[in-house]
Amino acid sequence: MVDLAVSAPIEHTSPWTAALKRGGPRLWLGGAVVALLLLVALLAPLIAPHDPLEQDLLSAQMPPAWMHGGDASFPLGTDSLGRCVLSRLIYSSRIAVSVAFIAASLAAAIGITLGLVAGSFGGWIDQLTSRLIDVWMAFPPILLSIVLAAVIGAGLTSVILAIVVVDWTRFARIVRAETMVQLQRDYAMAARVIGMNRGQILRLEIVPNLVPLIVTLLAVEMGVAILVEVILSFVGISVAGDTATWGGMIAEGRQIIYQSPWIMALAIGCVIVSVVGFNLLGDGLRAALDPVQRQ
Amino acid sequence: MTAVLSVQDLHVTIGKGATTANVLRGVSLEVQPGEVRGLVGESGAGKSMLGRAVLGLLPANAHIERGTIRFEGRDFLGMPERERRGLLGRRIALIPQDPMTSLNPVKRVGAQIAMVLRHHLALSRRQALQRAAELLAEVAIRDPQRVLGLYPHEISGGMRQRVLIATAFACDPSLIIADEPTTALDVTVQRQVLQLVERLRQRHGAAILFVTHDLGVVAKLCRTVSVLHAGRVLEEGATAEVLTKPRHPYTRALLAATPRADRPADSLRPVPPELVESLWAEAHRIDRLPVAERA
Amino acid sequence: MNDILVRTGSLSFAYPERASTLFRRSALREVVKHVDLAVPRGSVLGLVGESGSGKTTLGRLLVRLLQPTSGGIQFDGVEIGHLGEAELRPLRARIQMIFQDPQSSLNPRLRLAVALTRPLQVFGRLKGRRDQRDRAAELLDLVGLPPHFIDRYPHELSGGQRQRAGIARALALEPDFIVADEIVSGLDVSTQAHILLLIRELRKRLGLTLVFISHDLSVIRVLCDDVAILQHGEIVESGPVAKIFERPQHAYTRDLLSAIPLPDVEPGWLTDQREVSVPHQQGSAA
Repeated sequence: MVDLAVSAPIEHTSPWTAALKRGGPRLWLGGAVVALLLLVALLAPLIAPHDPLEQDLLSAQMPPAWMHGGDASFPLGTDSLGRCVLSRLIYSSRIAVSVAFIAASLAAAIGITLGLVAGSFGGWIDQLTSRLIDVWMAFPPILLSIVLAAVIGAGLTSVILAIVVVDWTRFARIVRAETMVQLQRDYAMAARVIGMNRGQILRLEIVPNLVPLIVTLLAVEMGVAILVEVILSFVGISVAGDTATWGGMIAEGRQIIYQSPWIMALAIGCVIVSVVGFNLLGDGLRAALDPVQRQ
Repeated sequence: MTAVLSVQDLHVTIGKGATTANVLRGVSLEVQPGEVRGLVGESGAGKSMLGRAVLGLLPANAHIERGTIRFEGRDFLGMPERERRGLLGRRIALIPQDPMTSLNPVKRVGAQIAMVLRHHLALSRRQALQRAAELLAEVAIRDPQRVLGLYPHEISGGMRQRVLIATAFACDPSLIIADEPTTALDVTVQRQVLQLVERLRQRHGAAILFVTHDLGVVAKLCRTVSVLHAGRVLEEGATAEVLTKPRHPYTRALLAATPRADRPADSLRPVPPELVESLWAEAHRIDRLPVAERA
Repeated sequence: MNDILVRTGSLSFAYPERASTLFRRSALREVVKHVDLAVPRGSVLGLVGESGSGKTTLGRLLVRLLQPTSGGIQFDGVEIGHLGEAELRPLRARIQMIFQDPQSSLNPRLRLAVALTRPLQVFGRLKGRRDQRDRAAELLDLVGLPPHFIDRYPHELSGGQRQRAGIARALALEPDFIVADEIVSGLDVSTQAHILLLIRELRKRLGLTLVFISHDLSVIRVLCDDVAILQHGEIVESGPVAKIFERPQHAYTRDLLSAIPLPDVEPGWLTDQREVSVPHQQGSAA
């Protein structure tokens, strides 16, 4: 046969290896940062030198260990209540990580479902959902969370809720558009010709083609969620009390910025690294998971 | 009489290192002034690549390993970039394959033709538009003034192709490369377009290098033909000769594999795989020779 | 046993040009107009037309991807024109389609083993993963592809191989009737020849009834017993292939036939056509 040139068995490198190669440095770097973040959050009690809530007023506002006046027992110094900065940064990651994963996943779940429904049903269902999305997207998220906090009280739940309630629209809109595009493709029509019903087509044919998109969105959304939480804890309507949060540390650090500038700087640094990490991961995943069309 | 185009022993590769592909393996051909030469081959034969090489529009990762191109006696490859660009559109023109992507969708038809004219012929805007209208009339477009003011998506595919043909002939080039310009057209429209090309050719005296995979088109339009496979010219000569008394087995096989509306169904013969294999074996043998030894 | 497998009576399809609003019903654009076809069991009918002729829409109507606006379609004596999806489902195993661009008609994210046996899966005829792989290999064998291709993705095949895979999938449910929509357009001459001969062989071996849609009259000649010429949604002429090609009656058929560039040198072909200047045509592809 004429196509002999391509007929020899392709040495099939495992799809995983191929994907990893495609992902490139972004995947590695982003993945490493996120993995590190997860590890820190999980192992916080083990790696933090002190209890983040423990106050030692006599050791207040100490600089990091390598500076004059620092102490090895407080590697990154202390804040105005004598709490270990390093321990607080480490424990803050728990808040960041839980918000990131929980809020992003919930927003994705809701958004993807509604997006699939709108994209595949069309007609008035689509119209309704789209208008809903439009209206919803017009809400300023921070304002919404403040309202929510006022209604159900400050705390992690209201932060997560605020993020989910606003960001599901982002998933819905993109998934709806992509679903509509995919349904126009010949393979979706081929699926109809063999008698698949709408649910089957979505589940078996369309969703596999949406996976790269969704995974990428999810990773980016996690970065967004962290940022929102930081803003809310900066403003003081996130977790209660003196639980360590990066946003809270930024707010406190701001008060004593001339005496102890490193507190605010380090907290901001953690936020930046985390968000950049998630974005890189999202970017790398997109490259890694989208092989088939690229050829 | 100097040949308008003289290609000698052209070897072109794409890519580097392990992923190098040889796209042209020692192609030689000559086109005389006013000649209509068909360049026929299947996909991957290198015919488009040859056309691009002659236009100086090879992709960035293409290398000319060996060989010369002479245009009207001048060394085309050795010319400074600026001089080559000056020739493009003026002395050498292109009729591209896809009218939809070759025309700027956000500029009116008249503006696009005028742009080419003004670039090469230093006409004023009014003169250029006037000339553009004349050109449209030449390609048998009714009401050219009106069409000048339309956008590409407002005219049909056949008309778009006519616009591109008009643009190609606009500056009276001595050589036109036509890259499969009728492949996407309906058969009745194709006939009109081919008739048009012939008429314009006679009027302006241009030589044409007509790239196509369709032996029928070659038979009707081209006085001479070169048959390409795997980047090599396997046969060339007067079309009447090559099609009635083909010498190379590949040409014979191609003719036998071409369905004909005037012949009974069982006259169709597939191209023997052994033939294709032996042609590729020969091609790869050439690849293995060091560049200096290939002739 | 009905001699005519597929019959259409005054089949029509139209769609609104613009979305209707509350205040204005949009004008309808008729794409298929009162088409009467009769496809005998075991025969191959060619549907020829240029762009805008409605041939693709007609093909989709025959496979019930679309519902006719009016008129009827009978499959093996059963009226299927206005059946709902649930009632159509069992019949779908007998009516299949092969699409023009296998690049897009095979799900890019599925390996062939899954894609080719999907029809079997949907109809509950698969007995597990081993069975899936065996059946996929069988189907590939039918179309002349090696069994190890079941682990490949569509983008790991050449154009001709993809088209064969598309054909294999259409055969999975062992249908009686297949509509092939421009399946060799865009293929090289040599690949095209292979595919055409494959279709011919499969048709004989499996006793298939085919409707073969194409704009290329030469291809129709090779493959089809009968041909119907479509222009602007209507059939202008139809009949046995030899008769239509040798003694065309309708002016459009004659235009089409004379416009085909046969690979014979013919000096008058370029000049002896009446000068047709092109009027402004809104947006169509021709």
